[in-house]
Amino acid sequence: MTSTQTTSTRPAESGGHVKLTMAQALNRALRESMAADDSVVVFGEDVGALGGVFRITDGLTAEFGDTRCFDTPLAESGIVGMAIGMAMNGMRPVVEMQFDAFAYPAFEQITSHVAKMRNRTRGKVSLPMVIRIPYAGGIGGVEHHCDSSEAYYAHTPGLHVVTPSNAADAHRLLRAAIASPDPVVFMEPKKLYWTKEEVDLGAELPGIGRAMIRREGTDATLIAYGPSVPVALEAAEVAAQEGRSLQVVDLRSIVPFDDETVCAAVRSTGRAVVVAEAPGFASVASEIVARVTERCFHSLAAPVRRAVGFDIPFPAPKLEHLQLPGVDRVLDAVDDLQWDLS
Amino acid sequence: MTRDLDLLLPSPHPVELIDPTGQTVAEATRDLPDDAALLRAFAGLTTARRINDQASALARQGRLAVYPSSHGQEACQVAAAQVLTDDDWLFPTYRDTAAVVLRGVDVAEAFLPLQGAWHSGYDPHEHKTAPQATPLATQLLHAVGVAHAARLRGEPTVALALCGDGATSEGDFHEALNFAAVFRAPVVFLVQNNQYAISVPLARQSVAPSLAHKGIGYGVPGERVDGNDVAALLAVLGAAMTRARAGEGPQLVEAHTYRMQPHTNADDSRRYRQDDEVAGWAQRDPLARLETWLRQHDLLDDAGLAAVTADADQLAARMRTELSRDATPEPAELFAHVYATPTPQLVEQAAVVADELSREDAR
Ligand SMILES: Cc1ncc(C[n+]2csc(CCOP(=O)(O)OP(=O)(O)O)c2C)c(N)n1
Ligand SMILES: [Mg+2]
Repeated sequence: MTSTQTTSTRPAESGGHVKLTMAQALNRALRESMAADDSVVVFGEDVGALGGVFRITDGLTAEFGDTRCFDTPLAESGIVGMAIGMAMNGMRPVVEMQFDAFAYPAFEQITSHVAKMRNRTRGKVSLPMVIRIPYAGGIGGVEHHCDSSEAYYAHTPGLHVVTPSNAADAHRLLRAAIASPDPVVFMEPKKLYWTKEEVDLGAELPGIGRAMIRREGTDATLIAYGPSVPVALEAAEVAAQEGRSLQVVDLRSIVPFDDETVCAAVRSTGRAVVVAEAPGFASVASEIVARVTERCFHSLAAPVRRAVGFDIPFPAPKLEHLQLPGVDRVLDAVDDLQWDLS
Repeated sequence: MTRDLDLLLPSPHPVELIDPTGQTVAEATRDLPDDAALLRAFAGLTTARRINDQASALARQGRLAVYPSSHGQEACQVAAAQVLTDDDWLFPTYRDTAAVVLRGVDVAEAFLPLQGAWHSGYDPHEHKTAPQATPLATQLLHAVGVAHAARLRGEPTVALALCGDGATSEGDFHEALNFAAVFRAPVVFLVQNNQYAISVPLARQSVAPSLAHKGIGYGVPGERVDGNDVAALLAVLGAAMTRARAGEGPQLVEAHTYRMQPHTNADDSRRYRQDDEVAGWAQRDPLARLETWLRQHDLLDDAGLAAVTADADQLAARMRTELSRDATPEPAELFAHVYATPTPQLVEQAAVVADELSREDAR
């Protein structure tokens, strides 16, 4: 049976500026989607009474009942596998993986089934489901709680991979993800959960597949996503004080990838640095460098550089600052963009 | 090979030898451990309790990154450490730091991960104790592997693998039981059923008659035991270890206990359970009942208690000094242990960090 049902992507509670953290914005998106469409169900570990370890599902069981938001037995493969079946039978599951590394028991279900169902069945079965994954570092978490696992999913054809960098996008993109006919791996930068911002819930923001320019600049382009966007913005601010104008692009969506926006941005400056937390080897950052180089070669004044994590297991809390690319590492990469040759 | 179902079934009630009021259980199904074992267990319980409470205090003061306390579950930790010989292996979880210390690991090494300094602080080969595992149930298969290798190599080793009630829902738990049974591996699985997996109560993990019954489908005998009765734990685990050592295969032991404190210091347990439930379990405290029993049998007096307490206090003092020290390894270590020989890329990256740090210092 095919689920062709679609959901409105417009916010149910229209308009208005509110102050929200990213966590609250995600919670709001879940509530609105559940209110708008009875087939949306939320489940996972500790998402019920506790409201999730990050409180993203806070209050959902109380508001919608425990058939709409419920705790499961502790088994990630079970959670994703059951979600697949429910999506095959007319529902829109939104499941929570508690932390990045705890999604790995579900890897087979995600890569062998979630990603391939549409293609295997020649389009007859779609899986409108969302797998939410809090990811990346910056919160002093112990091992297995800080992985940047986006490349595993981005490398798997059939999955959309989305990651917001701010509360407004978190709200907009999660609503779009739940409404999408394709499965979406929705990666939440946990260090940004508690950042509070003014959000215009009525704003028409671009959907999945579109990048956005976060800061205009003329000398070089910083390309970032999720947890690295605030780092890129801070680096641009520091560079501005030093007389260098850096543009910042926020991918928002890793798959589909917005070649158009990214390449137009890079062509406008002629120089680029990719900023990402994940180990750089065989990473999303590598893919960005390859795409930009292939498409913008004749506009480039220097090789595209990366300010990324080292190729090591994520360090223990007291050493994590050495792994995370900070403003200095970003500006070092910018300094390397062959300025004396232009 | 088929097995008689009766041999696989756990007892109708959890094995209990000393009841919550400290009295010997009449018509008990097992013999009480000897006096020396019970006195040693009492010292272990006192130490484990002190470790838990000192570590929780250090976590509150921000000197530990996090602490998952096993307060109330100490009998399981103590019995687990006590039934092991020097040949045996322990496979602990994040909640089993007290068992790791009782196994002989120095507190400075045992607590290194909780200080946020490295992922594991001791030499697993030196102590025959695996690194504490966080990805749930994954360590159970490693225990099967160590046990199977020991059999192939003709060693007398038995592996004792710990996990929680929540972890029994993971696929790896089931694969471990099946592998252990098929290969007749000398491994004992101890499930500390503390009734919760963070906020999720046991009823949401399983509707089986008990977690010990889960062995039946794999041909692994199950037993359940009062997890706050260290005497019963020593008897049941000791027998399972002996049986495994004799080549009779794996066993699954479920200990009924209770997580008296939040999941970790970062958890808010009022969101999902009532105070009176916790208060009820306080009546079943593992320390109090053994102390009563030992005093009634003239095995412990005030002086004996003072001596045991003094030892525990000394360990707590050592924790306070050791864990106030910054034990963070040098940055270069980040690149040193990823492979036997660092790749050329890692050598380059280590130089990048060294350069970043020297420029920071120069500023
Ligand atoms: C594979 C995996 N999924 C999720 C988690 C997150 N997590 C850590 S502890 C825990 C609860 C475990 O409960 P239980 O097995 O009963 O052990 P307890 O913490 O009660 O000792 C969860 C869900 C994890 N560590 N590993
Ligand atoms: Mg538990």
